[in-house]
Amino acid sequence: MSAGAVHDGVLRAALHGRRVQAVVIGGSAGSVDALIQLLPALPEGFGLPVFCILHMPQDRDSRLAELFNERLPLPVREAVDKEAITAGTVYFAGPGYHLSVERDFTFSLSCEPPVHYARPAIDLLMESSAQAYGEGLVGILLTGANHDGAEGMAHIRASGGFTVVQDPMDAQVATMPLEAIRRCNPHLVLPLARIRALLPLLETLS
Amino acid sequence: MSKPPSDIDIELRMLVEAVYLKYNYDFRDYTGASQKRRVLAAMRVMECDTVSSLQARVMHDPAAFAQLLQFLTIPVTEMFRDPEYYLALRRQVVPFLQTYPSLKVWVAGCSTGEEVVSMAILLHEEGLLERSLIYATDINPESLESARRGVMPLERMRAYTENYQKAGGKRAFSDYYTAAYGGARFDRMLVENVTFADHSLATDSVFAETHFISCRNVMIYFNRRLQNRVLGLFHESLVHRGFLGLGSKESIDFSSYASRFEPLAKRERVFRKVGA
Repeated sequence: MSAGAVHDGVLRAALHGRRVQAVVIGGSAGSVDALIQLLPALPEGFGLPVFCILHMPQDRDSRLAELFNERLPLPVREAVDKEAITAGTVYFAGPGYHLSVERDFTFSLSCEPPVHYARPAIDLLMESSAQAYGEGLVGILLTGANHDGAEGMAHIRASGGFTVVQDPMDAQVATMPLEAIRRCNPHLVLPLARIRALLPLLETLS
Repeated sequence: MSKPPSDIDIELRMLVEAVYLKYNYDFRDYTGASQKRRVLAAMRVMECDTVSSLQARVMHDPAAFAQLLQFLTIPVTEMFRDPEYYLALRRQVVPFLQTYPSLKVWVAGCSTGEEVVSMAILLHEEGLLERSLIYATDINPESLESARRGVMPLERMRAYTENYQKAGGKRAFSDYYTAAYGGARFDRMLVENVTFADHSLATDSVFAETHFISCRNVMIYFNRRLQNRVLGLFHESLVHRGFLGLGSKESIDFSSYASRFEPLAKRERVFRKVGA
């Protein structure tokens, strides 16, 4: 699909009949910049929970939630163990622990070994979210230099969820989008600007 | 709306029920996502195609259960993990502990002993080890056996030394171990007052009154019901105004004990039992 030619009408058609309940966004190298472009598309009062998971150094205290909380019109927090997921909140996976979504729509943390050298691993958050939300989940995978996320996106797709991968041509590092495209046959491959247009639509269609 | 359970969810529930009835290990209130991953990992290594076939093997072969247990418990730990936690203990808890003529410390879910030895070193340097009794408990017999030996992988010592220094260590870390048995063997003096014991936070009750309990990254694997049970045990075990240390991302905010403990060092997750 020629990404630049995708209009809102096409996005709407792709999502037709879906009742979206949650959005999970993963990325690695270059993805902080990508999120800075992407997340401001979320309007005040956005009705879905959004889970963001980026690869960051394990030992560093992540300021991502704080950074975006100042920039966005909706609450942004680091996900806390056993916390009930609230619609309209953007959650970031903190460093050093895997983050999962449980079947009762709470978060859980874990110290299991890293996956693809990553903890938190995108695969684990996406897979557990897919189990909890099924076809109500939208998975978005952005730029990155590693294969984490491809299996998670495949799980989302297999569970009936909706999958969007950043156009490798548009990504700062194409490795992660390319592997996801290979593994999950995503519904949409879009440049960042079009994913930005898609985000607010997810709610109006839900 | 919650989705109906999938086949594998049904099988997982039957597996942990079988493990409980047959071996009295209670994993029924562990969180689902990580437990499922651990069982799937066990299935790959133990070459079982389905959870049900794994269950059948475990039911009829105690050795297979012992193998599964290594997956169900997650022995990922390191010495002086999160150095700022130990620093907070030194600065904010030790001054209170020094006022007691004798001390009982409980390291709950001690795994392979890294945290126990770390705690013993800290107490030693603060002049408290001789009057302390440390209870180190876990449900995994292999982990406990490894903890008793007190031998750590030599290749980890560089990272542990760095942690030790950041944690406010007062000596050369290498003073505490000798290279032996293909690993770093820690000074026996450190574990003389340690009682290693098989104790389940899910099924056993309080066994002693304690002044300080350290239980780090254990309750993240428990659902809220089991977390509440465990916090109840700790509350019961701790003396008036006793201390509780948790993992760096753990929270008691969503438990029924949220108001029964007050934060002493909030970021480092050190709490104190609220006075009656």
